[in-house]
Amino acid sequence: MKSKATFTDSHVEKKIKVKRPSVRYWNEPQKEDKSRDGENTGEAAVQQDRRAKKRKQKDETSAEKKLFSEKSDPFPGSAPIPKDRLQKFKRKDKITKPPRHYRKLKQVITRSEEASDLALKQAARFDLLLPEDAGFLEGDEDEDTCTISQEDIAEAVDITSGAKYFNLKLTQFGPYRVDYSKTGRQLLLGGRRGHLACFDWQTKQLMCEINVMESISDVKWLHTDSMFAVAQKQWLYVYDSNGIELHCIRKFNDVLRMQFLPYHFLLATASATSFLQYLDVSTGKEVAAICTKTGRLDVMCQNPHNAIIHLGHSNGTVTLWSPNQKEALVKMLCHQGGVRSVAVDKMGNYMVTSGMDKKLKVFDIRALKPLTSYFLPAGASCLSLSQRGLLSAATGDVVQVYRDVWSTPVTKPYMAHRVRGSVWGLQFCPFEDVLGVGHGEGFTSMLVPGAGEPNFDGLDANPYRSAKQRQEWEVKALLEKIQPELISLDPTDLGRVDRATFEQRHQEKVQSLGFDPHAKEKFVPKFKKKGRSSAGAVERRKKQVAHVDQRDVIRKSVEDKVKMEEQQKRKEAKKAALSRRKSALDRFKK
Amino acid sequence: YAKLSTHGCISYVVFRFQMKVKVLSRNPDDYVRETKLDIQRVPRNYDPSLHPFEVSREYTRALNATKLERVFAKPFLASLDGHRDGVNCLAKHTQSLSTLLSGSCDGELKVWDLTKRECVRTLQAHEGFIRGVVVRYCGTSFFTVGDDKTIKQWTMETPGYGEEEEPLNTILGKTVFTGLDHHQNKSVFATCGQQVDIWDEQRSSPIRSFSWGVDSFSSIRFNPVETDLLGSCASDRSIILYDMRESTPLKKVVMTMRSNTLCWNPMEAFHFTCANEDYNLYTYDMRFLEKPIKVHMDHVSAVLDVDYSPTGQEFVSASFDKTIRIFPKNDGHSREVYHTKRMQHVICVKWSSDSKYILSGSDEMNIRLWKANAAEKLGVLSHREREAANYSQKLKEKFQHHPQIRRIARHRHLPKIFSFYRFGFSSTKPGSVPVLSEKEKHVVSVVK
Repeated sequence: MKSKATFTDSHVEKKIKVKRPSVRYWNEPQKEDKSRDGENTGEAAVQQDRRAKKRKQKDETSAEKKLFSEKSDPFPGSAPIPKDRLQKFKRKDKITKPPRHYRKLKQVITRSEEASDLALKQAARFDLLLPEDAGFLEGDEDEDTCTISQEDIAEAVDITSGAKYFNLKLTQFGPYRVDYSKTGRQLLLGGRRGHLACFDWQTKQLMCEINVMESISDVKWLHTDSMFAVAQKQWLYVYDSNGIELHCIRKFNDVLRMQFLPYHFLLATASATSFLQYLDVSTGKEVAAICTKTGRLDVMCQNPHNAIIHLGHSNGTVTLWSPNQKEALVKMLCHQGGVRSVAVDKMGNYMVTSGMDKKLKVFDIRALKPLTSYFLPAGASCLSLSQRGLLSAATGDVVQVYRDVWSTPVTKPYMAHRVRGSVWGLQFCPFEDVLGVGHGEGFTSMLVPGAGEPNFDGLDANPYRSAKQRQEWEVKALLEKIQPELISLDPTDLGRVDRATFEQRHQEKVQSLGFDPHAKEKFVPKFKKKGRSSAGAVERRKKQVAHVDQRDVIRKSVEDKVKMEEQQKRKEAKKAALSRRKSALDRFKK
Repeated sequence: YAKLSTHGCISYVVFRFQMKVKVLSRNPDDYVRETKLDIQRVPRNYDPSLHPFEVSREYTRALNATKLERVFAKPFLASLDGHRDGVNCLAKHTQSLSTLLSGSCDGELKVWDLTKRECVRTLQAHEGFIRGVVVRYCGTSFFTVGDDKTIKQWTMETPGYGEEEEPLNTILGKTVFTGLDHHQNKSVFATCGQQVDIWDEQRSSPIRSFSWGVDSFSSIRFNPVETDLLGSCASDRSIILYDMRESTPLKKVVMTMRSNTLCWNPMEAFHFTCANEDYNLYTYDMRFLEKPIKVHMDHVSAVLDVDYSPTGQEFVSASFDKTIRIFPKNDGHSREVYHTKRMQHVICVKWSSDSKYILSGSDEMNIRLWKANAAEKLGVLSHREREAANYSQKLKEKFQHHPQIRRIARHRHLPKIFSFYRFGFSSTKPGSVPVLSEKEKHVVSVVK
């Protein structure tokens, strides 16, 4: 500014004209005192210049805005968010905007998209503030992590974590089935010969221990840690955490396996008589009883993403069930020989099965396609998936834990541990790096670093909740209990537009009215003055509009055609790439 | 060489063979409140994989919110009784929210305090009907017109003990006045009767008179935005628009049946809604009178009065069918209907200036106070209450088209007669009458 002032100061030089923006009536009238010396006018001009610039690039300047101390911000704007983090919270792609004449719809869509964008960004930013990091285990170079023993790990970690590795020697009533409650605080053990115990496994505080004097085939916590269901020899029983029998449900007999759907408050049971039954634990009513006609049902798991029940059968098929349909939704032939165990990951993307053919297979459950297949020499009897995607497989008395079974071909287990008896129940503890193993000689709690989700959501499952919080959670959860009718393969179906019904209803409306109420209005040319509405001019205008419409149609069809061609090309290129690959038999070709 | 960490302080430990291990170990102090006086800690994680069944749970919440809305929908707040004849006109105070003026068919005018729900002043304003009452923009005085061919100006202040109620000013007209409205910010008011008159408050004769081949008018309203514009409903089924600055009317639209009243949208200068005898309301853009923007149907008898909410998004209509209905401004059907067993033909209706209440005056001498949103909780809301209300409102909006939710949200207990009217019999053979859209049906002609 100073240099400019000196320029304007001199009398000798030609007066430099500072370009001024044209005067507008909303600007304050510039008081220019010409009799004063140049510095003043120069300053005023510069000021005005600056003001004009400011008006011109309001938001541009904000990036390089000078601070009070004359320093500029080296990182202007809000902090960038990593793409993978944004991807984690992304629900769906952006909608293609409707054409211009749907102004209101366009506004609504824009506004809602802005809101969801903001929510996405805020959630992604909040992700940075999460307090805990996931666990991990890394060995030395050329040392396999599977050779590290549990004792070593327990010794290496802090005392409280070390105490999470323990053995319970229960030789009399084994083998044991295991179930952790939803928050991961309580553990339920059910011995084959009737032993039933539940306790807070971290403090080792026993809540109840009874013997039901009957064989137990499965145990399951219900929605809270004060109630659990036990499948006994004949009937299904419900006990509270003090061991008091609350219900004996005689509609459910010979139950072998149970699954609890926490958001639907449904207890799904699979019985030896090949019945799949659903019990609504909030009302106590049987919701559905489906005769699967496939024999004894002792392999069962649920898809936590869509509450579909997966059943494994002795003929090597896995079937998918919902309470709304008497037939299986899907039947997949997975193994030669019977299916021994099934597990589905948390996001509902992958299903892992093991069979009598000693194979471990991974399926993409959305596309219903096999992904990989592994051969385990002993075959896996029990499978369990952790929250962060670790797979544990029990082969005889050895528990193996695998990592990334679906993304990369696995050659070695991540961890392995030998327990006393043959494994009968296996479950990862939610929100902890712990795997519970029920076996013939009791129960073993294993440390598996990196298994559990490090950050829990306090409103969903809070391991540290107080009694009051638990009560409030229970009321809220019961209020938003999802009706069993809403169980379907795609749980987001409810949020989509039902086009089929709309079209049908529209057709009915057209029939009843005799005309289409949504049809595009016929173009009626406006009356124009000064002779511009002569018959010829009106016809011309009509034709123009018709041409525009026609052009739109043509453009659309051309675009479609181009798209189709591109797809075709891509397909062919893929095919060619595949065929170009050399096989061992090519050498015999002429 | 083994380092033991206390509760989660050290992230990992290097062990014998350079083994690195870290196991989840949370310090309970980070997750449990310190003392009983603190609020509970609720750590959040918004990861979608921890919140399965998002859509179905939101749907369930929306369903619950809709049900609760119907449970809490108790719109009727109070009935103000005291008139000895049917209530013929209402007027909002321009400055005070809690004051309401009402004129009845026996010429009695009452001033009400709405917070106390009591009458604070009664005066015999006219002989015969009070046809119109309006408060001056400053709020210090009000005008009334009656069947006795007079316009009277009254002061807002109650006369002291022993003093008589005397009008500030009385103008004797030549004909009966049927309606009255005051200018937004000038000392000018307009009356209608056999012609539309514009009056200066200082003069005893009109400064301007408009007539366009019509023998009587039923209502007149000033435009609140373009303050020199006026609209009036005439008995020859027409709606006539005027500019106060000109000497002749602007234009008129003739409809198939007579309109009773009209009301301008306070937020959109060109739009007005008229209450018609053919059971419908019509929203017009005054620039394009050939076709109404929207036809609002649902009443099953003549619509007598209409008033906009100050937000300009909704309006309320009073009808001869003993109900009042609330319409969104661009929706063809009402979102709400209010009725009681005792309420008779509703003559006049007003939407309060804070947009929260509706006032209706009816034939059986009562003025009723209603909530504009039937399920809204009145009074001061705590932050959490407001958040919850906003959340459930948004959910209801999101899932409003789901059949189950729409069925519950739209359900109203109405007397049987309404369903009969709505699904009346059609007497013509389908196809025998050419199809005309509802908008085009009711306009006969536009004259400029």
